[in-house]
Amino acid sequence: MSRRALVVACTAIYIFLMLPLLVVFPISLSSAAYMQFPPPGFSWQWYERYLDDPQWIDATVRSLYVAVATAILALALGVPLAFSLVRGKFPGRWLVDRIALAPLIVPTIIVSVAVYGLFAKLKLIGEWYGLVIAHTVLALPFVVLVMSAGLRDFDRALEQAAEGLGASRARTLLKITLPLLRPSLVSAGLLAFISSFDELVVALFLAGPNMTLPKKMFDNILMEIDPTIAAVSVMQILLVSVVLILIGRFGRGLSNSAR
Amino acid sequence: MATRPTGLKAADLKVSGLQKRYGDVVALDGVSLDIASGELLTILGPSGSGKTTLLKVVAGFEKPDAGDVRIDGADITALPPARRDIGMVFQHYALFPHLTVRANVAFPLEMRNVPRAEIDKRVSETLQLVELGGYEQRLPKQLSGGQQQRVALARAIVFNPRLLLLDEPFGALDRKLRETMQLEVRRLQRRLGLTTIFITHDQEEALVLSDRIAVMNKGRIQQVATTTEIYERPANDFVADFVGESNIFHGTVTEPGVVSLEGGRRLFANHSGKVGQRMGVLMRPERFGRGTNVFAGEVKEAVYLGVSFKLRIACDDGLELIVRQPARGPLPAPGTRVNVAIEPEDIHVF
Amino acid sequence: MSSRWLGAWPAIPALLLLFVFFLYPVVRMLGFSIEGGTLDWYTKALGESLYLQVFWNTFEIAFWVTLICLLLGYPLGFLLATTTPGWATVGFIFVLLPLWTSVLVRTYAWMVLLGRNGVFNRMMLEAGLISDPVPMLNNFSGVLIGMVHVLLPYMVLPIYGAVRRVDPALVSAAEGLGASNSRIFRRVYLPLTLPGIFAGSVIVFVLSLGFFITPALLGGGRVVMLAVMIEQQIHQTLNWPFAAALSAVLLVFTLAVYAAAQRFTRSADA
Repeated sequence: MSRRALVVACTAIYIFLMLPLLVVFPISLSSAAYMQFPPPGFSWQWYERYLDDPQWIDATVRSLYVAVATAILALALGVPLAFSLVRGKFPGRWLVDRIALAPLIVPTIIVSVAVYGLFAKLKLIGEWYGLVIAHTVLALPFVVLVMSAGLRDFDRALEQAAEGLGASRARTLLKITLPLLRPSLVSAGLLAFISSFDELVVALFLAGPNMTLPKKMFDNILMEIDPTIAAVSVMQILLVSVVLILIGRFGRGLSNSAR
Repeated sequence: MATRPTGLKAADLKVSGLQKRYGDVVALDGVSLDIASGELLTILGPSGSGKTTLLKVVAGFEKPDAGDVRIDGADITALPPARRDIGMVFQHYALFPHLTVRANVAFPLEMRNVPRAEIDKRVSETLQLVELGGYEQRLPKQLSGGQQQRVALARAIVFNPRLLLLDEPFGALDRKLRETMQLEVRRLQRRLGLTTIFITHDQEEALVLSDRIAVMNKGRIQQVATTTEIYERPANDFVADFVGESNIFHGTVTEPGVVSLEGGRRLFANHSGKVGQRMGVLMRPERFGRGTNVFAGEVKEAVYLGVSFKLRIACDDGLELIVRQPARGPLPAPGTRVNVAIEPEDIHVF
Repeated sequence: MSSRWLGAWPAIPALLLLFVFFLYPVVRMLGFSIEGGTLDWYTKALGESLYLQVFWNTFEIAFWVTLICLLLGYPLGFLLATTTPGWATVGFIFVLLPLWTSVLVRTYAWMVLLGRNGVFNRMMLEAGLISDPVPMLNNFSGVLIGMVHVLLPYMVLPIYGAVRRVDPALVSAAEGLGASNSRIFRRVYLPLTLPGIFAGSVIVFVLSLGFFITPALLGGGRVVMLAVMIEQQIHQTLNWPFAAALSAVLLVFTLAVYAAAQRFTRSADA
């Protein structure tokens, strides 16, 4: 296959990848009440409907604070875990490694049903922090993967230098290690945030009567398709773009962590 | 002229009986050393000889399995690195990439809670000393290799350490720069009177820099002596072979002043061995010239090295010699018959 | 602290969370499936043709999704790995943007595109290419398109990594020795990137097995995959033991594919 044929084929694949993201833009600005393409006219009405609907706003706000709390908890637990896995030497470390990454392998539906069973018994259904706990379980592998990659590339001579120059363990961690790992921390935190903010399956089971944004969207898609969903989708795509830009600017390259 | 930092407290170091194993690998096998206050001692050895482990034990990054480390007589074996007051220049400098030159050099002072005004004063003094005034606000990656090296050095000496450790600090520099930096480090070390341990695998570098050299191999110190002593009077095959070019043979003392080599050749040499004793014989290639011991042979290989010719000669008595001769006249072609000779006092017997 | 446990303690809080809210609930739920000491629920799951059909659907879809992802993902990963850094960055953005966009948003967008009154059907109707809307949603192909879209990045990234690891000197050497482009591809790139192909395929296949959102929305109840079935058992029929048995089967399949893949990779390394 020649280079040109490759480029043509990839362009087509890119169109396939980007088309769904692009199509929601015109629809969200449509003046038609039903889905029509191309839109007959321009209107902000679907954005207004979203902003005026307390249910949508409520779901968005809940999703936001659940995602923030998840990111914080996942970092608080995942960063020390990554340190242990990369730098520790103890029996059973391989097992800890497997357990830490297991939520990535076990299908989310199984985790959801299992945690649902437990939370129903503990009367945690509908509680926002129950959702945070379950989302943290799912976000932990991302944090561990990104932080482990960062830690493996970390030059430990820098820590030795700091200690040799008179810094205590704690000060070395605060002044040298963590500042230098900041790109990885930023990426890990943002990935944990997004993974919770977009998460549907767990929320479907655990959110109870309290909507999260994905759950509200899911219900709306099942009930009625009106372009409000498109407006919400556009906002989500923009949010993700912002997060990706933040990662690109302040975080550790995603392509590096993927390898 | 920059002043010498105040409150100098260079100390002497004594390590004794150090043992360290990593699994089956013995990194240190009973290492003992004394370093006098203000002395520059080089630890010279091939990679895997244990020299880096020794440095790490002295700096406190590794705990020895046995033995102790004393500074000015006080046992510091159990002390964490942060409380040893030892300045260290790392192999790749280990400059903190997120801190400016100033912040890097100020770091050890901040860790010691030195007042801000005092920090400013000492940082700028030290940067003057390494000729980096004006670079305070740069980040390490904005500096050349030689400049990074100076920052690392400044950071290691700014807090008046009791001991300075240099871990192959010149390895990453090109040859010209390396020679400049070597002389500069030597000058600074003398001026500050810092007790210094320098680690290298480069024997030339060791000869240029040191007061004394400790040659290490297989976790043991092979010989500790002045530079001339190490070169002229190596204690064993390893030292003779590792430092400089050499022709090494083994033989037996057959009468006073004579050693008979394996293969029968008799050499006149100054030595104190008894008749019947087995001994090693070292002849440095550049010591051949006129002399009592004459070797006739054929040139096998000849290389032009600018200052000298380096010849590999197969002698008629079966020995093979490496000989250096002043580069005068045409380079001898392989196959040329030559005579080379050496005086008994230029042969080292051990 | 004993040096045997060097650096182990920072793992403890996270492990505690994983034990209490992940391992324990999963084991607890799996226990429901054999409540009363019978294997009846498993006999039902693996014996009745209705459910066997669901297993078969799940595998069939996972297989096709993996194959299509491979066919689309290889050229993309290859191009990303061999183009200039500038283009690679742009290319990556367009792979990662969909990856991190909500699956829900993307599934919704496919409904907009593929629906009976969707963008494609309207455009084709207006162009006179078709006289009646073509069904593209609530069927096998709809689920396939949606899932390929979601999972394609998971194929692209490992293949990209594998192509990047191929030493350019090998390619130059092959060129110098007279190999044509297609030969270089078949004799150098393809064998050396097999690990990446394999890794990507395993990830995509395993993720497909447990997929929920896309089949639930694009399948329209007609294409039922295992995860959708499990959800129905909980939310609609409240049949916990049966849901647990189905989950156990799904988990065993998933772990078996992983274990087989790991074993295969290890023996290939040796």
